[in-house]
Amino acid sequence: MSLPSSMSLSSMSPLLTYVLRLADDNLIAAQRLGQLIASMPDLEEDIAVANVGLDHLGQARNFYQYASDLDLEGRDEDQFAMERDEREFLNATLVEQPNGDFAQTQVRQFLLDAYQVPLYEAMTASADERLAAVAAKAVKEARYHLERSSAWVVRLGDGTAESHERTSRAVDYLWPYAGDLFHRDDVESELVAAGVAVDPSMVRPSYEAVVADVFGRANLAVPQDPYARTGGRTGFHTEHLGHLLPEMQSLYRAHPGATW
Amino acid sequence: MTGSDDAIALDERLWQAAAAVLDPEMPPLTIADLGILRSIDQRNGNVVVTITPTYSGCPAVEMIEAGVVEAVTGAGVEAERVRVERVLAPAWTTDWITEEGRRKLLEAGISPPRSLVANSVDGGEVAVTLARAVTARPRNPVGELACPRCGSAAVTELSRFSSTACKSLYRCESCREPFDHVKEL
Repeated sequence: MSLPSSMSLSSMSPLLTYVLRLADDNLIAAQRLGQLIASMPDLEEDIAVANVGLDHLGQARNFYQYASDLDLEGRDEDQFAMERDEREFLNATLVEQPNGDFAQTQVRQFLLDAYQVPLYEAMTASADERLAAVAAKAVKEARYHLERSSAWVVRLGDGTAESHERTSRAVDYLWPYAGDLFHRDDVESELVAAGVAVDPSMVRPSYEAVVADVFGRANLAVPQDPYARTGGRTGFHTEHLGHLLPEMQSLYRAHPGATW
Repeated sequence: MTGSDDAIALDERLWQAAAAVLDPEMPPLTIADLGILRSIDQRNGNVVVTITPTYSGCPAVEMIEAGVVEAVTGAGVEAERVRVERVLAPAWTTDWITEEGRRKLLEAGISPPRSLVANSVDGGEVAVTLARAVTARPRNPVGELACPRCGSAAVTELSRFSSTACKSLYRCESCREPFDHVKEL
């Protein structure tokens, strides 16, 4: 029997909450990419989304396995992924945004990659050895993702009038949700002070430098509106997560504990 | 022969058994060739085999673990005494692929990864106060990437990803054959 989400959230330690935020970003990103398998414009891109998705899924599992060790309710990685409801997911709202057209998929991926590379780099020096170990593995993958998504953003933004128009639209649409990546609250404050969590504001300069560089080469304007659609870190999501979760969870919930 | 000699002989036998387990996605290579097999210890009457995954989401890990249990069991240890532990740190790098592993890759028509050196752009100036932060510094491959068939360095990357997460796809412009390259990590 799972607790109502509000109780469940408040009974979690700051570290568990933090680890779930990291895990959920990766799981939802992986699910979005998984939806694209067999529908990308060419075979190479099809293999690429599958592989990038697999990296995110692997990172999510490493974080969920740690979360499982921290959880007083003793939930395992499958229960975290498949038995929680929308209000209990703590991913930033960026990753749940729909795949849209190819430009939207690549811009969403690029913004996530530009955030994850400096995040994981900083996390390799965390006082928490488990987080440092997961990050040391993940950072290499994130760098490779960033190389690829940067190349696509430049190619699309600096491409035809049509691809430029679509990529600009994707940037404008996704920008406020990317701001959710940098939201910081009490959960992080204590952990940042202890050298465990990475302060999102420390990640931001690297992120902004990469975005400015890539958008510059892509002829894309960096949006100046500071509005950020925050809330994902405390379970307030956009409508899109509510559609993603049943697709991801229905099989598991129909056959709880099933393995294959 | 003393008891500790026996233990060393057993350690050696178990290592040989586990080291012979093949990677399911690159069958000519063993997990020792790939540097995935980190250690084998006898602890409290159990045999603990430590492995490290290549990528966070490597789908072959479960199969490798099953292969290790089978191999160690085959070397005379009861299955319930075998434990396989996964460690993430230090993170796996393609530099751990042995010379033998590189030779087998070439023989199979797969271009082996080049060796990696610390990125000199920030390497000289940034004071790294925590030893673990060193792993965060990007490292770049050195040397030429060449066609595994004809040795030509005139190659073009066709796809950043190939038959597995750890490979990318290239074409040789000299012999026109496509080939897999194990990405430097």
